Amino acid sequence: MQKVFQKSALLTDTPFHYCPGCTHGISHRITAEALEELGGKQGIIGVAPVGCAVFAYNYFNCDIQQAAHGRAPAVASGIKRVCPDKIVFAYQGDGDLASIGMAETVHAAARGENITIIFINNAIYGMTGGQMAPTTLIGQKSTTSQGGRTAALQGNPIRICEMLATLDGASYIARVSLHDLKSVVAAKKAVKKAFDYQVAGKGFSLVEILSTCPTNWGMTPENSMEYVKNEMTKVYPLGVFKEV
Amino acid sequence: MANVVFNEPLCKGCALCVSVCPKKIVSLSKRSNEKGYFVAEVKDMSLCIGCAACALMCPDVVIEVSR
Repeated sequence: MQKVFQKSALLTDTPFHYCPGCTHGISHRITAEALEELGGKQGIIGVAPVGCAVFAYNYFNCDIQQAAHGRAPAVASGIKRVCPDKIVFAYQGDGDLASIGMAETVHAAARGENITIIFINNAIYGMTGGQMAPTTLIGQKSTTSQGGRTAALQGNPIRICEMLATLDGASYIARVSLHDLKSVVAAKKAVKKAFDYQVAGKGFSLVEILSTCPTNWGMTPENSMEYVKNEMTKVYPLGVFKEV
Repeated sequence: MANVVFNEPLCKGCALCVSVCPKKIVSLSKRSNEKGYFVAEVKDMSLCIGCAACALMCPDVVIEVSR
């Protein structure tokens, strides 16, 4: 018998600290597998965010720099400019990328920095206890929108991919999901493609991965996947928004 | 002939593997690991087709598949 699936060499043996059913683990795996397909771990530098994925440096078996909250695109830009021959990626959640780090994200894309960002959108602040994020859906309950988010009081959710796709510096912008097997396979292809764009020197690439937060959504892991499929994809349609 | 191996100490019993198995042979056992989670298992391995759907969906990379 031959092994048809085993853990990527780019993941360490450290057990993930994530809650049961959290899709951060799947995102880590597909990112590691996509990077592994590009070559050895010598040529890769990651940037870890603040948020649930703050310990990403324990999980990826490559060099990783931890950035201040939201500043991962700025740190990644600096690393890439100093080491242009390395593959540089930032792994960020929605509270990190779309809230405190919005300026860094938009300007890194506008400058066309040749980096790849893996953007985990679970529509909530996970690590701090389920507060409303910029990406929280209208009607979605969180600890800071207890009756459900309303446009009148808390404003509308931000669609990062659509926004960044308008910028000239962006080369590959796609939104994928992890709600079923087919979408997981498609997500890995998109992540791989984003890294391919970086290797080809085409400029800023970002893959938004619709993810779950069963703990803070108050759902089972399986129901969370249904929520992504039925509710989140309505507000955040899947697809490729820019490809040059 | 296929085989799946669960790295039980890492399993968190989220049951996403149970939900994607096309043969419906993955289930949560009555056995808990050190963390206190009921771990996933395959009772009848002869029914396994080695498609690796469970492994691809597992958030904790618990599963190894051979075929």
